[in-house]
Amino acid sequence: MTWQSCASTLRIFHAEKENMKPNFTRCCCCLMAILMLLLPSLTLSEDSANEAVYTAALARLNATSMTERSAAIDQLAAVKAPRAIVILQALLDGHLFNLILENKLVIGTEIDAGYKLIDAKSGQDLGIAAREATQKINLNNSLRVSLRKTLGRLQLNANEAKARMNAVQAIAKDIDSESLALLRERLVVEKDVGVQDEIRLVLGLEQLNSTDKTERLGAIDLLKDQANQEVVNRLNALQDQDTEGQFAETDVDVRNYAKAALVKINARLKVYAAIETLFFGLSLGAVLVLAAIGLAITFGVMGIINMAHGELMMLGAYTTYVMQQLMPDHLGWALILSIPAAFVISALVGIAIERGIIRFLYGRPLETLLATFGVSLFLQQTVRSIFSPLNRSVASPEWMSGTWQINDFLSLTWNRFYILVFCFLVFALLLQILKRTRLGLEVRAVAQNRTMAKAMGIPTARVDALTFGLGSGIAGIAGVALSQITNVGPNLGQAYIVDSFMVVVFGGVGNLWGTLLAGFSLGIANKLLEPVAGAVLAKILVLIFIILFIQKRPRGLFPQKGRAAES
Amino acid sequence: MLATLYKQDKLAIGLLGCIALISVLVPVCNLLFPVDSVMHFSAYTVSIMGKYLTFALLGLSLDLIWGYCGILALGQGAFFALGGYAMGMYLMRQIGNRSVYGNPLLPDFMVFLNWTELPWYWLGFDHFGFAALMVLVVPGLLAFVFGWLAFRSRVTGVYLSIITQALTYALLLAFFRNEMGFGGNNGLTDFKDILGFNIQSEAVRGSLLMVSGLVLIGAFMASRWVMLSKLGRVVTAVRDQESRVRFLGYRVEHFKLWVFVLSAMLAGIAGALYVPQVGIINPSEFSPLNSLEIVIWVAIGGRGTLYGAIVGAVLVNYAKTLLTGWAPEIWLFFLGATFILVTIFLPDGLVGFWQRHKHEQKQ
Amino acid sequence: MNVLGLEARQVDNSPGQKPILYLEGVSVSFDGFKALNNLSLYIDTGELRCLIGPNGAGKTTLMDVITGKTKPDSGSVYFGQTLDLLKMDEPAIAEAGICRKFQKPSVFEMLSVFENLELALATHKGVWATLFAKLNNHQRERIEQVLETIGLTEHRSQLAGILSHGQKQWLEIGMLLMQEPKVMLVDEPVAGMTQQEVERTAQLLLSLQGERSIIVVEHDMEFVRSIAQHRVTVLHEGSVLTEGTMEEVQNDPRVKQVYLGD
Repeated sequence: MTWQSCASTLRIFHAEKENMKPNFTRCCCCLMAILMLLLPSLTLSEDSANEAVYTAALARLNATSMTERSAAIDQLAAVKAPRAIVILQALLDGHLFNLILENKLVIGTEIDAGYKLIDAKSGQDLGIAAREATQKINLNNSLRVSLRKTLGRLQLNANEAKARMNAVQAIAKDIDSESLALLRERLVVEKDVGVQDEIRLVLGLEQLNSTDKTERLGAIDLLKDQANQEVVNRLNALQDQDTEGQFAETDVDVRNYAKAALVKINARLKVYAAIETLFFGLSLGAVLVLAAIGLAITFGVMGIINMAHGELMMLGAYTTYVMQQLMPDHLGWALILSIPAAFVISALVGIAIERGIIRFLYGRPLETLLATFGVSLFLQQTVRSIFSPLNRSVASPEWMSGTWQINDFLSLTWNRFYILVFCFLVFALLLQILKRTRLGLEVRAVAQNRTMAKAMGIPTARVDALTFGLGSGIAGIAGVALSQITNVGPNLGQAYIVDSFMVVVFGGVGNLWGTLLAGFSLGIANKLLEPVAGAVLAKILVLIFIILFIQKRPRGLFPQKGRAAES
Repeated sequence: MLATLYKQDKLAIGLLGCIALISVLVPVCNLLFPVDSVMHFSAYTVSIMGKYLTFALLGLSLDLIWGYCGILALGQGAFFALGGYAMGMYLMRQIGNRSVYGNPLLPDFMVFLNWTELPWYWLGFDHFGFAALMVLVVPGLLAFVFGWLAFRSRVTGVYLSIITQALTYALLLAFFRNEMGFGGNNGLTDFKDILGFNIQSEAVRGSLLMVSGLVLIGAFMASRWVMLSKLGRVVTAVRDQESRVRFLGYRVEHFKLWVFVLSAMLAGIAGALYVPQVGIINPSEFSPLNSLEIVIWVAIGGRGTLYGAIVGAVLVNYAKTLLTGWAPEIWLFFLGATFILVTIFLPDGLVGFWQRHKHEQKQ
Repeated sequence: MNVLGLEARQVDNSPGQKPILYLEGVSVSFDGFKALNNLSLYIDTGELRCLIGPNGAGKTTLMDVITGKTKPDSGSVYFGQTLDLLKMDEPAIAEAGICRKFQKPSVFEMLSVFENLELALATHKGVWATLFAKLNNHQRERIEQVLETIGLTEHRSQLAGILSHGQKQWLEIGMLLMQEPKVMLVDEPVAGMTQQEVERTAQLLLSLQGERSIIVVEHDMEFVRSIAQHRVTVLHEGSVLTEGTMEEVQNDPRVKQVYLGD
């Protein structure tokens, strides 16, 4: 509880005083409400003080006359206590009933057996009642309109910014001079930037209709920082000319001012567009990094060209599909459980590949490339035979679907956002594994000097298998992420293998940070080029760029240096 | 020349004989004997044999660069496809107003895209000579530019393999685009005439097979001559000890480039012979998988032997024809298993295995 | 002793001859490690110079710099009076007359001994010239001559891959000779050789000096002593520690310290 909010309450009190008939009870209630706000510890005693008001108001609500009801609403509104708001909201929503036998007002929520009842006054649970036992408290249209406004006003002072935001939006739906004044008052004291903006928007759009030139200029002032489609439309509309060349906005100053405001808004829109491109680029980069990072281990650290890497991702994606088939009612859990499951499955397949094939081919990278390509064909056909050659759709759980609407011009899709976060998590985890664990130490030792590591008693064969398993497992995890943004089919892996290699080679073989940076820069480059060149051409351009880049710097962005790298 | 070859290399002469026999016997029997005769070879046999021979040429081209120069090029299919497109463009221009839309100048797909004139790079392709030149120049030029950049900056080993794969992948994406003016997804097809003769007629099909056989024999002899020259020895030396060759004063990148361009041109010729025999060329020829399949032909046959590539190409494609006809899903299992088994158990391929076997027998 | 039947040439080793190779202030570093540190070295025409030094002294890096494999961070390297080696790449340097034998014998194992020498032959080395190359009688004689010098005449048509370790080293020296170099860089020619082979190699190198400058990098002190007639250079931590006759060098306390530790 802050002093500001108390002050604002007082201000509202004054505002109401000006607009409404003074009423002793109401004044008392207001005072009480202020006291209640000031001294939360005293709520109990205040509740008892409000008791009388509630009883009276609820009785009037139950009366048949609409005038009585209207007065009761005013009475309740004056209390400004949460309970009063709950009752009014229930009334507006048609959830306020009279329990016929006891002649008592209750709030009911509809369930199969009838209504689940709560005592309107005390909030006590009253159990379930049959529909016939209750009678709805009705409202007529004009009452509903005024109630909506009243509630909006009440909520305008709510503690939560979100509630205030809703209130502003509710008021905006049916605006009049009275509520405009209210909003103006609120704007002065409002601390939350979001709510401030919303109020400015409502005020500005309304004021723009004013006949007074200064009012309109002031409206543009209010609107010039708004990223809102309607603002853009309205400001543009000011510049419109009718058939006779007459401007919609007759005043040239206002037109020019609006033009200037539009320029400013458009500049902001460009920033939003840039942010969006950046986000899309980052999220594409995250996908690339996820796809490439397992490869960065097997290719970068171990020097193995694993052409079946894409198929290991595909296995991860199919694991997600199978998990969802197993638990169709818990998509979220299925997805989360898929992560370890995909890791284990892909890692095991990877270890099998290493033990069964690759270890016979150490020191013959081109042969390894061919043999693992054979494996990739094998895995593809296996999946095709088991799951059919058609794409399988993997559903997204609720929290991963939809968008994060920041404003009219900027919205980010949740799935891409989560994948970005996920990518960072996987990367951090991998870095920790390589840096902190015994396995990581052994992996690095074997990568740097195999013979020496062997001489020091490191079981190189086991380390090889585990490293390869680790890289493959991460490919599986990447597959889980991919299943959320692309079709899961037998060709999923092939689509990513060239890209993944490009990322690793571009970043510099043997350098995880290089892979991260390369993935993100390629992702962003792709998205920057897309609007200019189109998606396919953008991809081609990026490929050509990498091909040329490798010619210039054959060892990537972050080359390994030293004598070992020379040979 | 054949006599000296016979003395030096009985295997090669046997193989060339087989090719010559097939490319003469199959079309002749197809034309001479009636359909119900045992001696008759069907039109299908003619076209499939022609296909095998162009694939053999393609395999041969890869063997030059991989087997002798040690560069595992995973983009050989791109040169093949480019040669094929050059020939396809000639054949497209020959259709004239017999197309569905009946436009005398523009191929159907351009009319469909509302194009009003032929793009500049289609000009000249109505002349067979020009198209034939482009079959060599386009793949050769691409190989030259790409190779010049890559070899000069000493991109080697798997890096080179990966960027050649990226090259063909980029071309795949590019040729899928309708705006490129190569028929997009569908590619070029519905050919009517070649050099004024009906491309569907058995005589033309037979002749194409003969030409393919002839070109293959010629390419084999030429490749063999190159690889037996001092240049061949330098190239082999580059494969085994690149830096040593450099310290002997050879510009290694020039040698690689020369072989790479030669190999690309041969692949282009193979593509140009392939297209009229199968009647279509589309972007899928650029797919990285196709290029990898070429590698497996050469690996199975035995790299660095020239005839290994031919044997491998024919064997694998024969197996492909059999398996895809019998049980299509088996084919990829078979291909995958072949990749694995050959690299582990048969590193020198069938020819290498056979040579070693003979060597042991002698001893 | 004179197993190969070669006469060790008597060379005028008096100082004052024109240097053929100049290295001045050369530094090379890998990731902060200074492989060569402000090194300066001058090799005279016709001189046989021995280069010794403990592991990591920068001997191989020095050879890499001279032959163009590694570009130094700073310093200058001149061949003769005018040729700036830093502006040339490996083939150009080789063509100019600086040839190198590697530490690990690197001959072309899939080619015969004769073909190995043929590839090294000093002739046009362009692509087209190579494609149409035919050996003339003079070149054939030259190859035969070198075959004899390195004692591999009987093995001429054998694949180089099945030669013994020592024979491969000689073949590589033979390949150097085919290039008719002005300067030969010989990196550890006797590593892994039997005593007899070491002696033959010493004979061979001694017979070659005079017409060309030879720089020999070697660990084997016995061998160095047997061929070092003039100057020996000791490298340590990327720079020249001392230079002088074998005797002087051996008696230098700093050399002892470097080799034997404190």
